[in-house]
Amino acid sequence: MTTIYEQRPGLSRRELLKRGTIGAALIITGKAVISPDRAWGMEAAALKPETMATLIKLARDIYPHDSVPDRFYAIAVKGHDTKAAGDAAHKELIEAGVADLDKRAGAGGYRGLGWEDDRVAILRDIEATPFFQAVRGDLVVSFYNQKELWPHFGYEGESYSKGGYIARGFDDIEWL
Amino acid sequence: MAAPYDLNDDSVVVIIGSGAGGGTLGNELAQKGIDVVVLEAGARIEYEDFINDEWDSFAQLAWLDHRTTGGGWRVSKDFPNLPAWIVKAVGGTTTHWAGASLRFQEHEFKALTNYGKVEGANLLDWPLTLAELEPYYTKAEDKMGVTRTHGIEGLPGNNNFKILKAGADKLGYKECHTGRMAINSAERDDRMSCQQTGFCFQGCKWGAKWSTLYTEIPKGEATGKLEVRPNSHVIRIEHDADGKVTNVVYADKDGNLQSQKARIVCVAGNSIESPRLLLNSASNLFPDGLANSSGQVGKNYMRHTTGSVYAVFEKPVHFYRGTTMAGIVQDEARHDPSRGFVGGYELETLALGVPFMAAFLDPGGWGRAFTSAMDNYANMAGLWIVGEDMPQESNAVKLHAELKDKYGMPIPDVWFTDHANDVAMRNHAYRQGQAIYEAVGATRSFPTPPYPSTHNLGTNRMSEKASDGVVNKWGQTHDIKNLFVSDGSQFTTGAAENPTLTIVTLAIRQADYIAQEMAAGTI
Ligand SMILES: Cc1cc2nc3c(=O)[nH]c(=O)nc-3n(C[C@H](O)[C@H](O)[C@H](O)COP(=O)(O)OP(=O)(O)OC[C@H]3O[C@@H](n4cnc5c(N)ncnc54)[C@H](O)[C@@H]3O)c2cc1C
Ligand code: SF4
Repeated sequence: MTTIYEQRPGLSRRELLKRGTIGAALIITGKAVISPDRAWGMEAAALKPETMATLIKLARDIYPHDSVPDRFYAIAVKGHDTKAAGDAAHKELIEAGVADLDKRAGAGGYRGLGWEDDRVAILRDIEATPFFQAVRGDLVVSFYNQKELWPHFGYEGESYSKGGYIARGFDDIEWL
Repeated sequence: MAAPYDLNDDSVVVIIGSGAGGGTLGNELAQKGIDVVVLEAGARIEYEDFINDEWDSFAQLAWLDHRTTGGGWRVSKDFPNLPAWIVKAVGGTTTHWAGASLRFQEHEFKALTNYGKVEGANLLDWPLTLAELEPYYTKAEDKMGVTRTHGIEGLPGNNNFKILKAGADKLGYKECHTGRMAINSAERDDRMSCQQTGFCFQGCKWGAKWSTLYTEIPKGEATGKLEVRPNSHVIRIEHDADGKVTNVVYADKDGNLQSQKARIVCVAGNSIESPRLLLNSASNLFPDGLANSSGQVGKNYMRHTTGSVYAVFEKPVHFYRGTTMAGIVQDEARHDPSRGFVGGYELETLALGVPFMAAFLDPGGWGRAFTSAMDNYANMAGLWIVGEDMPQESNAVKLHAELKDKYGMPIPDVWFTDHANDVAMRNHAYRQGQAIYEAVGATRSFPTPPYPSTHNLGTNRMSEKASDGVVNKWGQTHDIKNLFVSDGSQFTTGAAENPTLTIVTLAIRQADYIAQEMAAGTI
């Protein structure tokens, strides 16, 4: 199982510093990917944690919403890890796809490219590949179907339990 | 309550499918005292159990059996296994539908005569006139409680409608209003009024919107003459040596095959499954499939010329609040070839939630051009184009050469390519839609491509002559007297209007004919 947890206890900032990266980048330790502010972490089951970290970056490059935190992108891509655990072909598709991204990016890999434009240029080249199609096709549902994210878009979701909008602004437009 | 009929009872009328066509026909026949068994592939899900959530509702109600698609349309690339968005449940697609209920215009029944020969199109006149259908349209509108007919008040306009109306006014359009909708604007027929919930496409949890699930079907059942058998997937229709149909073979809820005898069989599985069933029922006597002496079964697949226009404004709209289809512009529905195409189109408001907007705004789209649009979701308005598309023989529901379903029957392969007339019409409609929104200050607008087909028509078309089509003016197949088609696949041409009111109208009329012929002993 791929697990996502919040406020992972135990790892102090000092420990994290000892282990390597800190700052804007995602932290990789053991099988886990941890957010720089340690607000959440994700335990990978089948894919390499580096691969998960790249998938999170890739997900943001595909659907960039700057005020949406990484956690939502992590939740959106975790299905690939879960699926890879029971599906060797999927595991290969994702690992090879990420390896290809790193190769195209050159030294430092895909996550090492500082400018979104440079990463997106690579993505435009691989847009038609089964890897990109699989990631984007899954992401359009796994990302936008997160209820916790809907307020970001100003979408209110379920309305039956609140009696619909008949008394809650279905015709409240004033600026016309 | 509903009398369960014996599998060997050969006096019953068997209807395949419980949607707009089948559900209505079942009730109408039962009201006349005729014994009816409706076989429905899907489950019975009552409206309290509908879900206000786009993907969850889709999983609950949509027809998800394996299908393939090909041809030049973009849907075949973006949604290779979802050519159509239709329902598998008691009530059929009337659970999902938006409720827009418009009569066809007189000239649309005579498309070949009025449009003339259109290169590449297989146009034909209906063997019917508006005048013949008018009394039945009246009955259908009354049954469905269509607003703005019979003194029923229109629905109030939501924010999405107000924007459409303001833009339409600026462009000088004259026929813009909140539509003729089969949605209660006040309590009627023991159903409550619309609460502006905004999930019409997910099934109306209030029952305010007409659906055969909670109108026709329970009314028919109350007569004791109608049995609806859910989870009963018909795979074949069989006949005797004289070529009369005798029984249908279906898979029950456990996947076991059963055979239900019948005096008459009416096919109402929507325009993909109905022709598939006729083709899959091929026999020694009918090697090309049932009722297919014309070779037209599965051909002339139509899906309306559609598309959407979404637009972003500086300030909030919240267009997802309230009825999904909250208003209409009808000025472009006329036939006026000076616009560069024959036939016409309607513009109807439409709203999607965030999950569906992401999937359908620009299928396959990504990057900042896409996400900056999504970031403005709350400031969006939207409309849907529905126009007459050209019947073409090569647009067809075919049997897949290799792939089979779990009962061993070939799956449907749906082929569609736009006709040049469809493209010209869509481009015109995109321009008009974008102009409406720009007239009221849209900062950006999106000509969004068609979704998987919600209107599926024409694959068992009605014709005067047996050589031109599959059924006669009563929906009775030209070849087999006791085999009828009772859904939108009967449509000779598509007209500019949403189809369901006409499907219901034809079903009411067909019930009269079947009762009359049964009484006369001709079937
Ligand atoms: C989102 C959406 C919005 C829409 N909005 C509108 C609108 O505003 N106005 C309008 O006029 N139309 C609208 N429509 C279209 C409308 O719903 C259909 O035109 C109408 O329901 C078609 O009726 P039908 O009887 O042909 O088929 P359906 O209503 O689809 O019923 C067919 C039934 O047959 C069953 N069936 C199929 N094959 C078999 C089999 N082999 N054995 C047993 N059962 C079978 C299916 O499960 C289904 O229940 C909309 C559709 C959608 C999806
Ligand atoms: S908006 Fe009205 S018709 Fe649509 S689902 Fe809500 S209550 Fe039903």
